[in-house]
Amino acid sequence: MTDETKAPSERPERPAGDGPREFRPSGDRPRFGGGGGRSGPGGPPREGGRKFFRRKKVCKFCTEKIADINYKDYRLLGQFVAESGKIVPRRLTGVCSPHQHRLASAIKQARNIALLPFAGRAS
Amino acid sequence: MNRTYELMFIVRPDMADEDLEKLISNLESTVTAAAGSIKSVDRMGKRRLAYVVRKFREGIYILLTIEGAGSVVHELERRLRVTEPVIKFLTVRIDEEQKRLEKIKKLRDAKKKVSAQPAAVAEEAPAAPAAETPATA
Repeated sequence: MTDETKAPSERPERPAGDGPREFRPSGDRPRFGGGGGRSGPGGPPREGGRKFFRRKKVCKFCTEKIADINYKDYRLLGQFVAESGKIVPRRLTGVCSPHQHRLASAIKQARNIALLPFAGRAS
Repeated sequence: MNRTYELMFIVRPDMADEDLEKLISNLESTVTAAAGSIKSVDRMGKRRLAYVVRKFREGIYILLTIEGAGSVVHELERRLRVTEPVIKFLTVRIDEEQKRLEKIKKLRDAKKKVSAQPAAVAEEAPAAPAAETPATA
């Protein structure tokens, strides 16, 4: 029961990560989409030029030095799975290529053993 | 060729404890008969499944760590497939991943040892004047 109540509470963070998408039409450098201007953990917006400061996303596994990405650790994996059950792309999460590779295979293994859903939220 | 595998399987939630123990000991004898060895048995308990499997919404998870050749896994999987209460299983080879992790750990430890010594010296230096100032004031 506890993890069920916890899982949805973690989810709303993701739409915030999706936020920069809406900014894109007005933003001048959409490829470097980051945490968005309003959350502002990256510091104050720069003077002139860019209107929205975007924090450079960094790989969670590199910064926190998480060495093994294991299929049993479904809570960790759940952070990189969208509400629909999809694996969140690298451009949104900022995970580096080698880690995304391991992450994807771990998520697929977890799906196989019913720790993560193939589609939709865990029932 | 000895390899390490991790075998996770799910049995139906209404299975009795003694039946489960019997199943596990059965699997153990299968492994030893095929010249392998069981390193650990982890009963992870009842858990809700992420999706419905054979009309079950929850299941009992069990994790085995096995050492042996690939033929051991082959035989084990065949047995699990014909065992009716087992609803799902997954085998993952873990020895190469373990090797990789050990390598990373070694590297990190080596780095720590190098960085720990100058850091300890640096810590002592500002601590000494800080301790003096309240005494003088």
